[in-house]
Amino acid sequence: MTEPALVASGLTRRFGGLVANDNVSITLEHGRVHALLGPNGAGKSTLINLLSGDLAPSAGSIRLGTREIAGLGAAQRSRLGLGRSYQKTNIFGSFTVHENCRLAAQARRQRPWRIFANAIADRATNDIADAALETTGLRSQHARLAATLSHGEQRQLEIAMVLATGARVLLLDEPLAGMGAQESARMVELLRRLAPAHAILLVEHDMDAVFAVADEITVMVEGRVLETGSPESIRASAAVREAYLGTEAEN
Amino acid sequence: MKHSPPWLLLGLAALALAAFPLLGQAFYVELLAKVMIFAIFAMSLQLLAGVAGLVSLGHAAWFGIAAYTLVLMAPKYHPANLWITLPAAVLAAAAAAFVVGLLVLRTRGIYFIMVTLAFAQMFYFVFHDTGLGGGSDGVYLNFKPEARIAGHLLFDLGNSTHFFYVSLGAMAAVFLLLAAIRRSPFGHALDGMRANEQRMRALGFPVMRYQLAAFTLAGGLAGLAGYLAACQFGFVNPELLAWHESGNVLLMVILGGLGQLHGAILGAFAFALLQEGFASVTRHWQLPMGVVIVALVLFLPGGLASIAARLRRPRS
Repeated sequence: MTEPALVASGLTRRFGGLVANDNVSITLEHGRVHALLGPNGAGKSTLINLLSGDLAPSAGSIRLGTREIAGLGAAQRSRLGLGRSYQKTNIFGSFTVHENCRLAAQARRQRPWRIFANAIADRATNDIADAALETTGLRSQHARLAATLSHGEQRQLEIAMVLATGARVLLLDEPLAGMGAQESARMVELLRRLAPAHAILLVEHDMDAVFAVADEITVMVEGRVLETGSPESIRASAAVREAYLGTEAEN
Repeated sequence: MKHSPPWLLLGLAALALAAFPLLGQAFYVELLAKVMIFAIFAMSLQLLAGVAGLVSLGHAAWFGIAAYTLVLMAPKYHPANLWITLPAAVLAAAAAAFVVGLLVLRTRGIYFIMVTLAFAQMFYFVFHDTGLGGGSDGVYLNFKPEARIAGHLLFDLGNSTHFFYVSLGAMAAVFLLLAAIRRSPFGHALDGMRANEQRMRALGFPVMRYQLAAFTLAGGLAGLAGYLAACQFGFVNPELLAWHESGNVLLMVILGGLGQLHGAILGAFAFALLQEGFASVTRHWQLPMGVVIVALVLFLPGGLASIAARLRRPRS
C-alpha cells in the first residue's frame, strides 16, 4: 500500500507560445486528499485535463499504479480506474438521474455486442448505479430528469457518476463551485467519506473546504508548482502568501 | 430514456399491410413494396442520424453499392443465387461504410455532413465515369435472384405478391433488430454519445469504435434496401447513389421524426405517398411537396411519430 496511486512527473503542455503547464510533478496517495490551489490561470484545469487524458501532454510521464498512461486516451484511462468530474457541470440533462449513473456503471462492463440484452434490466449495473446514488445522497431523486435537479444536486450527480465507473483515483475540478453554505458542507462531508477508499485530487477555490479536508496541498502559479506540503506548511509559507494568498488579501 | 415504440399500433399496421395484396391492386402492391424498401433505407439512416446523432448526407452510397453488387455478380443467362448475392451485397455495403467511417468519423456536425456527401459523390462518379457498371447508362438485371432451399424455390421475386411479402418481412426484421439494439447496452451508449460525447469518453466509452460500429451497421442495412431495390427495378444506374437520394432519405427520417425508429417508416410512407399523390395531379409535383415538407417541419418538429406520442400521452 506504499505504492502511490498516481505519479505525474515533468508534465508540460504548451498552447502555441503559452506554457500552460511547465514541468509539473504531483503524487497522489491512496486514502488521501491532495488539494490543488492557485489563482485563476495557474494551470489547474490544464493539469486535470492532462491527467484525465482530455489533453495530451507536450512532455512528461503519468504513472497510474505501475502503469504508464501518458500515451492513452481518456476512455482507456477511465477504464483503468481514473475518474474525473468537471468544473462546469457535465451530465446528461435529458436522461434520468439513474440513467446517468447506470451509463457510468455500464462503462465498466460494456459488452456492446450483446444487442439482444436489455440494458436497463442488468442487475449488476443497476446495483452499482444505486450504490453510487446512495453514497452521494441522490437515491430518492433517481427517477428525475438530471436537468431538473438543483445546482448542488447536479454537482453531487457528477461525483456519483465518477464513483459508478469504479474509479479509484478521483480528479475533482471545483466540486463546490457555485454551492451554498449548506450544500458545501454536505459535499465536504462526502469528500471525507470518499477519502479512505480513494486517492483524490481536489481543485477548489473554497479555502475553508480545502483546509478542512486536504491531507496535502500543492500550490501552482503561472503553470508551475510553487510548493507542495502539508496544510500547515502551506499556510505558513511566505512564498505562497506572497504569490497567492497575499494577492487575495489585498483585494 | 424510454423509446418504446407504439407496439399495438405498429402490429395493427403490419397486419393491415399483410392483408393488402388480398385486395388485388397490383399497381399499389408494387408501390407499397417499393415504399417498404425505402422504409428499410430510412430506418438504417435513423440509426445513424436519430440514435447515434451522426447526420450523414451520403447514405445513398451504401444503398447503391449493394444494388450494383447484386447486378455485377448476377450471371447473364440464368438467375443469381439469393443466398450468396444477398450476404455479399450487404457485406460489400457494410465494408465500404466501415472504411469510409474510419475517415469521416474524425469530423462532426456540418463537416461530417460535407465529408459523407463528398465520399458518396466519389462512389457516384466511380459508377458514372468508369465502365465498371455500364457508366451513366447503368446495367440491367436480366433475372431476379432465386432463393432455393434443397432445390425448392422458396419464393419467386418476379412475382409481385411474393416480392411484397419479402419486403414486408425484411422491413419487420430490420425494425425488430433496431428496436432490440435501442434497448441494448450498445443502444444506450449511442444515446449517451448523441447527448454528450465528451462525457461518454470520460466515463470510459471508446466513442469512435461505437460510432464506427453504428456507421457500418447502418451501411449494411442500407445495403439490404439497395439489394431489394435492384431486385424490384431490375435495373441499376449511378442515380441510385446520387446526393438527392441521400437527401430524400434524410427527409424521410426528418418528416417521420428524428430519433423514433417507427418515425422512419412513417416518413418513408408519407414521402412516397405524397410524391405519388402530387405526381398524379401535376407534373410540378415537387412544388406542393416542398410546401408540405416545410409545413410539417414548422408545425410538427417532432415529426409524424410525435402525433402518436401526443395521442398516447393523455392516457398515461
